[in-house]
Amino acid sequence: MTDRPDIRAAVQKRLKQRHAAERRFRLYGVLAIAVAVAFLALLLGRIIEQGHTAFITHSITLDVPVDPARVDPAYPQGANYDQMAAEALMTRLNIDAADPDNARAVRDLLSPDMGFQILSQVRENPSLIGQTLTIEAPVGDSADLFYKGEIGRDVPEDQRVLTDRQIGWFDQLEDQGLVEAHFNTSLFTRSDSTQPETAGLLGAIVGSALMLMVTALLSIPIGVLTAVYLEEFAPKNKLTEIIEVNINNLAAVPSIVYGLLGLAVFIGWMGLPRSSPLVGGVVLSLMAMPTVIIATRAALKAVPPSIRDAALALGASRTQTVFAHVLPLALPGVMTGAIISMAHALGETAPLLMIGMVSFVPGVPEGILSASSALPTQIFIWENAAEAAFHERTAAAILVLLVFMVVMNAVAIVLRRRLERRW
Amino acid sequence: MIDTRPTVTAAAGEPPRDIKIRTRDVSVFYDDKQALKDVSLDMADRAVTALIGPSGCGKSTFLRCLNRMNDTIQGARVEGVIELDGENVNARSVDPVALRARVGMVFQRPNPFPKSIFENVAYGPRIHGLTRSKAELAEVVEQALRRAGLWDEVADRLDQSGSSLSGGQQQRLVIARAIAVDPEVILMDEPCSALDPIATAKIEELIDELRQQYCIVIVTHSMAQAARVSQRTAFFHMGQIVEIGRTDELFTNPKEQRTLDYITGRFG
Repeated sequence: MTDRPDIRAAVQKRLKQRHAAERRFRLYGVLAIAVAVAFLALLLGRIIEQGHTAFITHSITLDVPVDPARVDPAYPQGANYDQMAAEALMTRLNIDAADPDNARAVRDLLSPDMGFQILSQVRENPSLIGQTLTIEAPVGDSADLFYKGEIGRDVPEDQRVLTDRQIGWFDQLEDQGLVEAHFNTSLFTRSDSTQPETAGLLGAIVGSALMLMVTALLSIPIGVLTAVYLEEFAPKNKLTEIIEVNINNLAAVPSIVYGLLGLAVFIGWMGLPRSSPLVGGVVLSLMAMPTVIIATRAALKAVPPSIRDAALALGASRTQTVFAHVLPLALPGVMTGAIISMAHALGETAPLLMIGMVSFVPGVPEGILSASSALPTQIFIWENAAEAAFHERTAAAILVLLVFMVVMNAVAIVLRRRLERRW
Repeated sequence: MIDTRPTVTAAAGEPPRDIKIRTRDVSVFYDDKQALKDVSLDMADRAVTALIGPSGCGKSTFLRCLNRMNDTIQGARVEGVIELDGENVNARSVDPVALRARVGMVFQRPNPFPKSIFENVAYGPRIHGLTRSKAELAEVVEQALRRAGLWDEVADRLDQSGSSLSGGQQQRLVIARAIAVDPEVILMDEPCSALDPIATAKIEELIDELRQQYCIVIVTHSMAQAARVSQRTAFFHMGQIVEIGRTDELFTNPKEQRTLDYITGRFG
């Protein structure tokens, strides 16, 4: 370097400072990542802790005699099967059926689902009247929570929803082997219900799927073609500049505004059915479109101009150049952008609240025009329910939604890896 | 004075050649900036014309006028007359897509499509509908690769990606791709600037063979290359042609002081 010792010393000192600055910066980076991971772990841990119990449920198997004196074969739905089930249980546990308090307390143990199952069997086959049916049904929501240990025995009786007597019956049932724990398949095979033990996500999952289908079919083709036109064909002038700025702005518009727009235009003005996956999907596609356009344009910009030159110089038309060479090369980026914006749309709640997708829908939507809920709004509905058993289901629904999103993002990553080509 | 209306004179012992491309007073503007000023140059058929000059002198711009690739640049405007076989290429009736099938182009950096070697060559004949059957297409591809001197190297791996080839092979693949559409003119924009000397030598050999059939216009930075491959050379400076002449004369006995300065390395 230099022969002057004073300068050399200063250089050495500066070098030390530079290295120290580098080490400091790396430390900050590690710290930032650690904090982010910690928050994520905390959040996920809390949801999993709350929600994992919802994937296990308890059911009871009971022999219920169908009393011919109380069932009219011409009008089977008039009979009180819940009462019959409760009586069968009381007989089994040697409880005094004459005490009306006992009868009410026993009915807390059972889910109305047992009564529904008896009714549907009797309706299908009236010859069952007078016979004894073996029914397996979920236990009542409080009983389920008790078996999972979420209602403690050591809590004073006046502070818990179950009495000491009811707890005694639970122990009896368990001793007799009538109660069984198993995976909660009804969470995925049933739709929303007022009873937590029979409430499932099927309707919401189907609703979300239908909605996402509408969103994908609208936003991806329109978004990609818009981006292709703007990037490859449109002249660069003031007008296209304004359009570009506005597309970028649209990506930042709060989602609830899209909900209001959907309510006013699609439901109010065009008269499309409220709460339907069609309206939800159209609103979400408006939201997703700017993201798709921006991602596609970025992907198109990244395609080297030499590829365009090569095709054009061979005598390919502009359209041939774009669709045979440029777009295929941009595809990984386009797909990633599209899938990520779809995942984003899947989790969007606010606009769905505005267009009425928060209504109680007990069935599975039959098509894009029937009333439906969606996964995020189902979470919203359950979160607001009074029954304690809905809380664990809320957390479980969040987990299901997260799994869907992780799967979609994973698909995006795999697609990008697969399609990525070097040039 | 420069002779602004040159005729194509033959080298000693060679018959005079037909003029393939004739340009008169060509000026190019990028928005308001003038990149080329009143360039008049004739390019002979079955011969190599070299365009030399320092960076930014307009030689690539001029080359891109010949197949209307400047159309793809927004704000570019071309004035003057450019005739291919006596037909004005900038006329309304001329379709640039059809023109580019007649006037092929090879770029500075090899730019094969990220597809197989076969697909790279087959793309041109396919979009123009030059072949009737698969066998015919395979024949065209083989012919093009043979003429580009690449066939022996790639015959057994036509389904491999074009980008798996070396730089020199890629450039010959790109030349094969241009030949496959059976053009009349091949424009080359510094085709060897990204290649090593051995690959360069092969390309130059190829150019020398191709000139038996095509009108070739080559832009080059290397004066040695211009001297080796071309029969006529035009020296560009600041968007204008300074001197046009037979290559051997221009390099041994330039008429202009600026040409002398450039070829002796005093600037550029």
